Amino acid sequence: MTELGCTPSQTVGPFLSIVLPWPDGPDVVPDGTPGAITITGRLVDGAGEPVPDGLIETWQADPQGRFAHPDDPRGAVAPGFRGFGRCPTDADGRFWFRTLKPGPLPAEDGAVEAPHIDVSVFARGLLNRLVTRIYFPDEQEANDADPVLRTLAPEQRSLLLLQPQADGTLRFDVRLQGEPETPFFRL
Amino acid sequence: MTFVLPPGYRTEPEGTHPAYDFEGYRSTALRHPNQPLHLLPQRLTEVTGPLFGEDRLQPGDNDLTQYDGGEAVGQRIVVHGRVLDGDGRPVPNALLEVWQANAGGRYRHIVDQWPSPLDPHFAGLGRTVTDGDGHYSFTTVKPGAYPWRNHLNAWRPAHIHFSLFGQAFTQRLVTQMYFPDDPLFFQDPIFNSVPDEKARARMISSYDHDVTSDHWALGFRFDVVLRGREQTPFESEPDDD
Repeated sequence: MTELGCTPSQTVGPFLSIVLPWPDGPDVVPDGTPGAITITGRLVDGAGEPVPDGLIETWQADPQGRFAHPDDPRGAVAPGFRGFGRCPTDADGRFWFRTLKPGPLPAEDGAVEAPHIDVSVFARGLLNRLVTRIYFPDEQEANDADPVLRTLAPEQRSLLLLQPQADGTLRFDVRLQGEPETPFFRL
Repeated sequence: MTFVLPPGYRTEPEGTHPAYDFEGYRSTALRHPNQPLHLLPQRLTEVTGPLFGEDRLQPGDNDLTQYDGGEAVGQRIVVHGRVLDGDGRPVPNALLEVWQANAGGRYRHIVDQWPSPLDPHFAGLGRTVTDGDGHYSFTTVKPGAYPWRNHLNAWRPAHIHFSLFGQAFTQRLVTQMYFPDDPLFFQDPIFNSVPDEKARARMISSYDHDVTSDHWALGFRFDVVLRGREQTPFESEPDDD
C-alpha cells in the first residue's frame, strides 16, 4: 500500500468550548455508580496561572483491565463502560472526572502495567496535544514494576500519582511548564 | 500462553507536526513543556481508544447553515472528504466535530468581541460521522478571516477546526482546514508552525466542482490522514529519553 502523509496537528484555539464540551463529558461512569471515584485537578501554565481555555480528555481500561475495543486481544467486554472522559477547564483552570479505577494490564514479555489513565491536554497555545498518565498511590508494588514509570526519575514518577484529598476525592494537577512540570510523553 | 500486544501506530515523519515551542505564536511561550518528552511505547491503552459514532449525533448536526429558526448569512459550502489512515485505509463510523467563525469572521463565544456582527442564525458548530468508506460531508458557510492580537495587524486565514478520534488513543487529532490560495497564509504563525511544507499543504482543502451544486453551494474537499499501523506486533524499544 502507498504510505500517505499524515495531516498535521493544529491548536484547538480559544473557542474550543463552542463544540467540544459534552454535558456528560466528565461522566466516564454515571452518577451513583458503585465504587466511583472523583478526580479533580487544575491546569496551569509556566507562570503558575490557570489555563481557562483548555480541555482534558481521559482514556482507560475498566476495573477488570479490559477495553471495549476490537483491538483488545482478550475479546469483547460487557458494554457500558465508556472509558473516555472529557472536561473543559473553568476560569480557574479546574477540571474533574467521575470514573472507576482501572485494572492492571498485560504487557509484552510477561510485564504488567500498573492501573493508569491516559490523559490528553488541549489548549490555546498548544499546537499539538500533550499526553500524560495518571497513576494510583495505593499501587506501590505495581507502580514499581510498571514499564512506563520505571523509565522516569522518582521525583517525576510522584508527579503522576493521584493525591488523596480529605473529602475523598483524588487530585491530579497538570503544569504545562516550570516547576514542577508535569512529565509528558510522546507516542 | 504468551500475551502478544496488537501492533502500534507509526510515528509521523519529523516536521509533520508543529513544535510545542513556536516563537511566532506567542501563546506557546508559557504553555510549552521545557523538559523533553518521555517515550510512551504503545501498549493496550494507546492502541485502543473511544469509538464514538452515530450515538453522539443530533438531527441536523451536519448542517451548520440552520440555527434558531433561520438560515445563516454567507457563501454556502459543502465540505467533504475521507478520513484515512497512513496506509490509505478508511477510518469508518468515526465521529468528526467541527467549529468555526461565521461569514464575517466572528465566533459565537464570550471571548470574541471584535466589531464584526454575530449572525443570529449561525452557531458555528457541527458534528458528523464517517461512513463505511471513511467519507464524511457537512454543509456550512465559508468562514471569514479573523483578527487576533498575536502581532501587528494579525489575521487568521479562514479556517474550520476539526477534531477526530480515529480508532486508537494514538490516532487522536485536532487540526484546522484552510481554503485554497488564502492571501493570509504568509503572516499566520499557526499555519506556518508546521515545519514541513508538504505537510502544511495537507491542511489546505481543494475546490471541488464535482460537489458544487448549481444555484446552491460550492464544494470543497478535505481528506484527513491519521497515523498508519505498524506491520508487526510490539517489540521492546530501547528507552531513548
